[in-house]
Amino acid sequence: MSSPDLAAPRSPRSTGHTTGQRTKQRSNFELYSWLFMRVSGLILIFLVLGHLMIMNVLDGGVQRINFGFVAGRWSSPFWQTWDLTMLWLAELHGTNGLRTVINDYAERDNTRFWLKMLLYTSALLVLFMGTLVIFTFDPRIS
Amino acid sequence: MWTWVVHRITGVLTFFFLFAHVLDTALVRVSPDAYDRTIATYKTPIVNLLEVGLVGAVLYHALNGLRIIAIDFWAKGPRYQRQMTWVIGTVWLVVMVPAVFFMTRHTLRALFGGA
Repeated sequence: MSSPDLAAPRSPRSTGHTTGQRTKQRSNFELYSWLFMRVSGLILIFLVLGHLMIMNVLDGGVQRINFGFVAGRWSSPFWQTWDLTMLWLAELHGTNGLRTVINDYAERDNTRFWLKMLLYTSALLVLFMGTLVIFTFDPRIS
Repeated sequence: MWTWVVHRITGVLTFFFLFAHVLDTALVRVSPDAYDRTIATYKTPIVNLLEVGLVGAVLYHALNGLRIIAIDFWAKGPRYQRQMTWVIGTVWLVVMVPAVFFMTRHTLRALFGGA
């Protein structure tokens, strides 16, 4: 008995001749999304655990955080870059994670659609606000 | 199965915290006073306890994420997935004990005085 012609899990979709027309309308989005979760997750381990270590554990932790502390950190391009990268990767990683959770548990098409619209709206708001704040921070504001 | 359930729960909770956290940090664009007053709530005993929960959740999510990557990309990953669960559980405990000590030191001193 010959085995059916099955591709390995998560391999890119074929362009179509053998598997029929349906595949032509599909994309590899879920493959890239799967890969993105691993790559961004790996980078976030350093960025987020470093962030939590500095903000919550070392040198007095959260007790020492105030406006002056933030001003001191964001005077350095290094920490600005750190925070900006962390913001984008974490928000996209989290949004993609919640997209999967919504797809898994919201069974009605309508519910799924609106939950995801809410999710994407909140993601745009967070990314826009966070980026704006990092780029327009003014330590002399009163 | 349970590692997967906890991975989801910690992920969703952390995502909701991130939403609140970007908004509270955005207060630095309003005024130093508005930011400081909001950050003061992070320093209260109850929120301090929630921060310990956040660190524990993120640390689990990070360690189990590494385990998932090992299962997906390491040829022997699926065979050792159970042993890796024990490894990340141990690492989690070993990191959390000193982390909780340093994170709650101020709160414990404020609540119970002494030392």
